[in-house]
Amino acid sequence: MITPQKINRSAIQIQAEVLSNKKVGPYHHIVFAVDKMAAACKPGNFVAISVGGEQSALVLRRAFAIYRASDKGPMGGSIELVVAPHGQGSKWLCAQNVGEFIDMVGPLGTSFGVPTTNANTLLIGGGYGSAPLFALAEVLKNRGCRVDMVLGASTAGKIYAPLEGKRSVSSLTLTTDDGSTGIHGQISEAIPRLIRENATEVIYSCGPMGMLSAISKIAMEFDIPHQCAVEESMACGIGVCMTCVVPVKNDGEIKMVRSCIDGPVMDGSEIIWDRKSVLDALHP
Amino acid sequence: MSSLDFSTKIGSKRFSNPIFTASGCASSGQELSQFFPLTEIGAIVTKSIMTKARTGRATPRMAETPSGMLNSIGLQGPGIDAFLENDIPWLVSNSAKIIVSIAGETVDEYGVLARRLRAVPGISAVEVNISCPNVENRGQVFACHPDTAIAVIESVRRNIGGELPIIAKLSPDVTNIVEIAQSVINAGVDGLALINTLLGMVIDTNTMKPKLAGKTGGLSGPAIRPVAVRAIYQVHQAFPNTPIVGMGGVASGRDAFELVLAGASAVSIGTATFGNPTAVLQIRDQLSELLLEKGITDFRDAIGFAHRGV
Repeated sequence: MITPQKINRSAIQIQAEVLSNKKVGPYHHIVFAVDKMAAACKPGNFVAISVGGEQSALVLRRAFAIYRASDKGPMGGSIELVVAPHGQGSKWLCAQNVGEFIDMVGPLGTSFGVPTTNANTLLIGGGYGSAPLFALAEVLKNRGCRVDMVLGASTAGKIYAPLEGKRSVSSLTLTTDDGSTGIHGQISEAIPRLIRENATEVIYSCGPMGMLSAISKIAMEFDIPHQCAVEESMACGIGVCMTCVVPVKNDGEIKMVRSCIDGPVMDGSEIIWDRKSVLDALHP
Repeated sequence: MSSLDFSTKIGSKRFSNPIFTASGCASSGQELSQFFPLTEIGAIVTKSIMTKARTGRATPRMAETPSGMLNSIGLQGPGIDAFLENDIPWLVSNSAKIIVSIAGETVDEYGVLARRLRAVPGISAVEVNISCPNVENRGQVFACHPDTAIAVIESVRRNIGGELPIIAKLSPDVTNIVEIAQSVINAGVDGLALINTLLGMVIDTNTMKPKLAGKTGGLSGPAIRPVAVRAIYQVHQAFPNTPIVGMGGVASGRDAFELVLAGASAVSIGTATFGNPTAVLQIRDQLSELLLEKGITDFRDAIGFAHRGV
């Protein structure tokens, strides 16, 4: 019997102090003191946070992709999150003051695989989903990779940290659905040209499932590996609830794998993106 | 400080403390073992295993509700062969106390599963899940009818022999849970697990469609706790000698105590683990503190206390 790799092997549960919480456009940039947890965090990993306080009716943890982790600093290890205050849980988190303690479990999930040679990489992020790409860009640059980045959103204000994006990459392309900045249109429309111009060899992406699906199709056409960080609603983040599953190909059949354990970073070519075929097979 | 005898019994088997995981909320233990040694809890109740590997339902499988959640997993799992090859040896090597939960599509499948478990060393009890609401056919919820419930339990009993305690997991979605309990007790179960999730539904008012791909799902979490307390109370009143593994929205030691007072001999923690991987340990410690505060030094004295006259 092959002993499987230990599940959640880097994860710990801590009370993380809020060191800073700033509103940046429609998002909140929140820094937490996490001590030793920071050293284990890799680009693509996420943390699961308990929200709402002790008497809350919100019983499930919320998962957030780690924006950046730093294991050294005046306050010890820290991690940064970019949070969009959309639902009750994220609104609660964004309202937490400096000095409050948050129950946090992490780091969880898979991380982006980094090429062993200095490949040409294209990083694609949609909305606040672009959060983990900046730390990834740094790792790739330190490896000597060419890093091109595309950030897209519905409108200019929703593109996270365009200035920072510019600093850490060889080229930055912006797209908006409403044309308020950059290229007017969907992010996927801009990609084929960028792949040709930059001789892209690896694609990394993060954002809504529809966008990831479109990128997977393009990656397949160009025959380029595509690592994507998926989004599926999660209850626990640690692999016990089985709600966050993603359908993958398995000898002509469908296998449901947990996006918190086998993801969030997955091989885009293995995922079954055609939702209808999954529904037809599982709910005849 | 006076010490507490925290041990409890289900049928012939003794457990060092009465706090268990709930089936389907702890997988087969490996995920949680990163956060605490599984020997710390009374028992791990594994996710209901079926005869074959099962894909389960499409996503979305989950919807958060006030003080609860709906799940619609559809019994995804590796099947009994892989489970016996991988999960049981791992649990045994980690010295975990194991209660295996089984689920079948037919009466015969339950019998097949029972036979497979019969000779497996290291198992303390078998939970017969006859009440999973996430099946395409409501007729598959064996716990909704006395006749089908009896047929399943008899099939398990025939195949498993007398060694392993059999625990029947019942559904609260019935008119008279005492009647169902009576039928499975007559068929020879050693204990009951009360309660499974309640069948529920959420409609997304933005898309104007059901939120879950499977349309309906099982409701769990603190929202259902009063239903659990009621069901345990009614069944314990009718059958005070049948041990009950109580569950349903327990999120604190106080909640667990409530189920014990109603008549539970052990308490399983489910949805609370999703919100907090170490919830089982917190609840265990809070419960033992609470018992000592009340002057109770033997856990078993608290079981069904709410039924006793003044």
